[in-house]
Amino acid sequence: MGVQILMPALSPTMTEGKLARWLKQEGDEVKAGDVIAEIETDKATMEVEAVDEGKLTRILVPEGTEGVAVNSPIAELNGGGEAVTPKAPGHDTNMPQQPAPPAAAAPGQTGQVAKQAEDHAAVAARGTERREGAAKAGEAQAAPEKDWGPTKPITVREALRDAMAAEMRADDKVFLLGEEVAQYQGAYKISQGLLDEFGPRRVIDTPITEHGFTGMAVGAGFTGLKPIVEFMTFNFSMQAIDQIVNSAAKTLYMSGGQLGCPIVFRGPNGAAARVAAQHSQCYASWYAHVPGLKVLAPWSSADAKGLLRAAIRDPNPVIFLENEILYGHSFECPVAEDFVLPIGRAKIERAGNDVTITAFSIAVTWAMQAAEELAKQGIEAEVINLRSIRPLDTETIAASVRKTNRLVTVEEGWPFAGIGAEVAMGVIESAFDYLDAPPVRVAGLDVPMPYAANLEKLALPSPAQIVDAVKRVTYK
Amino acid sequence: MAQAAADTATGKRRARGAKEASMTREQLQRAYRDMLLIRRFEEKAGQLYGMGLIGGFCHLYIGQEAVVVGMQACLEPGDQVITSYRDHGHMLATGMEARGVMAELTGRIGGYSKGKGGSMHMFSREKGFFGGHGIVGAQVSLGTGLAFANWYRENRNVSLTYFGEGASNQGQVYESFNLAALMKLPVVYIIENNKYGMGTSVERASASKDLSKNGAPWGIPGEQVNGMDVQAVKEAGERAVAHCRAGHGPYLLEVETYRYRGHSMSDPAKYRTREEVQRMREQSDPIETARKALLEQGMAEADLKKIDDEVKGIVQEAADFAQASPEPPESELWTDILLPSDAAEGAR
Repeated sequence: MGVQILMPALSPTMTEGKLARWLKQEGDEVKAGDVIAEIETDKATMEVEAVDEGKLTRILVPEGTEGVAVNSPIAELNGGGEAVTPKAPGHDTNMPQQPAPPAAAAPGQTGQVAKQAEDHAAVAARGTERREGAAKAGEAQAAPEKDWGPTKPITVREALRDAMAAEMRADDKVFLLGEEVAQYQGAYKISQGLLDEFGPRRVIDTPITEHGFTGMAVGAGFTGLKPIVEFMTFNFSMQAIDQIVNSAAKTLYMSGGQLGCPIVFRGPNGAAARVAAQHSQCYASWYAHVPGLKVLAPWSSADAKGLLRAAIRDPNPVIFLENEILYGHSFECPVAEDFVLPIGRAKIERAGNDVTITAFSIAVTWAMQAAEELAKQGIEAEVINLRSIRPLDTETIAASVRKTNRLVTVEEGWPFAGIGAEVAMGVIESAFDYLDAPPVRVAGLDVPMPYAANLEKLALPSPAQIVDAVKRVTYK
Repeated sequence: MAQAAADTATGKRRARGAKEASMTREQLQRAYRDMLLIRRFEEKAGQLYGMGLIGGFCHLYIGQEAVVVGMQACLEPGDQVITSYRDHGHMLATGMEARGVMAELTGRIGGYSKGKGGSMHMFSREKGFFGGHGIVGAQVSLGTGLAFANWYRENRNVSLTYFGEGASNQGQVYESFNLAALMKLPVVYIIENNKYGMGTSVERASASKDLSKNGAPWGIPGEQVNGMDVQAVKEAGERAVAHCRAGHGPYLLEVETYRYRGHSMSDPAKYRTREEVQRMREQSDPIETARKALLEQGMAEADLKKIDDEVKGIVQEAADFAQASPEPPESELWTDILLPSDAAEGAR
């Protein structure tokens, strides 16, 4: 059967090209794979190989012709006949005569551009609805924030260890790996006792190679195992961020839903004390940027235990940002065997009517201290512990602002493109009319963390700064 | 076997070449068919790309078919395969359907990833194919993790982890070698040395001259294999897989092969001569070599023609399906980002 040979597209952007040279002539026999012509594209000179075999019966476009449109017939094999017509949806069946429309709109097509912008906005809006719908459905499934009964004081360190131990007892697919997690009992003693209870198959010391062991854990996650990866600090997760973002977060989507990755990446995040720029950084904003990841940041022992158990059970990759300074702090924590917290719910740690303060991780401590100071001055602050950075509980925050009409966000990380910006924008989108003052951000200074004690103190937010910020938004 | 087939792409004679009959005639016939399917599939993909039906990056496997087909012949159910972005051949070799792969290339709902992954990102849990990864070298750590899962589950399965000689210089490759050797993980690392990492020849990219020795510091045994001979690949693959299944840890194969086409569709290939490519095609083509061997073993031309026709039919059907299958609906934009949390139990 005869076929037409069409002008091929040789790069993703090519719409036409110059037929520079024929290497086969009319009457020649060609085999699949033979180079038959050379074509100059917008990028380079490329060779065209035959796909079918047969006799080249007619050359339709002489060599030297410029501006030959992609998909127009250039030669005939075995007497020609039906062109192999592409069946792209929305394209005419006589597409060979019609070059593909250029990707960028030509001048005079502003109407079309406006239409595309409108379409994009509509698609985005529908997506937001879907996601909010999904979040609501998820909330309905999640255990409500209930009274878990009796509590006792435990440290955040113990809460984290207990959470891992409970989930490892419940599910053999859960294991812990990282640097010094086993024999050393954890660089910060979070995994104390786990090796003794679960053995070296499930509590695994790794070499100091974050990129390699993170990729290995993600690969194990693809098979349905549930790894907990401990980063000695989140600063070192930068070595492995490609595996976290490109492999763990995106593969479910890229596989059309086939290959999820139930994995937890946990470890201390943010500044400790006097360890300078490379060891004192908050990664909340970095990871919260990525669709496909959940990002949690516990403050209290109850947060640590309840959220870590939820993170381990979650079928998605979860970033779990701890704080080294909080490890030794004690908080009341429910003793119930089945205690767990829902992901995506903020907690109102202190109710108040005059201003909403959002914070996460150790910044909640500072916000609570500021609230006490403010109360002495007659200002009642509502302190919201975000707990979940992504998904962010905008509903709880907005409801609070509708009551207080004022917002201060607190975080120890950098202000630019930080979590405070996201919180404030969420409020602007859903409760703008209720704001009586522009929101104010309290954040770490926009500098690498200095080593000197006095400078380090200046670089981090303090309760005094939060008090000042509240006075600004309340015009006191 | 024709002696020419024992010569590798660089013309070096292999110390351990193919044995006369590492495959039975049925096995060789099957291998011929599978290699031909990959060749014809890739040619069709190139054609559809030329027609504007496939977009973006499209890395063809033409010339390298013997590598995956030979290795796949060594596997048992439950074994895993993972590779980079030059992955169409691996998918077909694991038994994934041509129509689903082609429809993914055209970005249609009938594709393996519902049109959301494209050429470089396809998966089939059912066939043990774990992608399809677009970041050079990432699949080496991930493939080590598949082997880790076998170790953890204490089963006999093996992970085949493919990467190019270009990726072999990535740092995480050596982090993975170290982990796999420390833990004795059942992973066969397969370096598909097709001589060029995009436009840079292996000589200009690797100070290591014998990549099969790249695992030596960790005690990982390695060998060079003639990747243009499917029987030689299978023979070496059997040794490697047996080593892993026996619990001896990782194994490294440097399979010397050659890609006939450019790095991707938009590669003008000015870094090598047309004569070099032509010489490889004429003297070392894996499909031609298998065909000759089958004829020498008494197979009739008519029977080979039957295979050719069957393969042509599969590829044509795949191309038709890939054009007829609709584009994914808008709702697919928002699915598969996160799994519902209540699926935590039971789903796995």
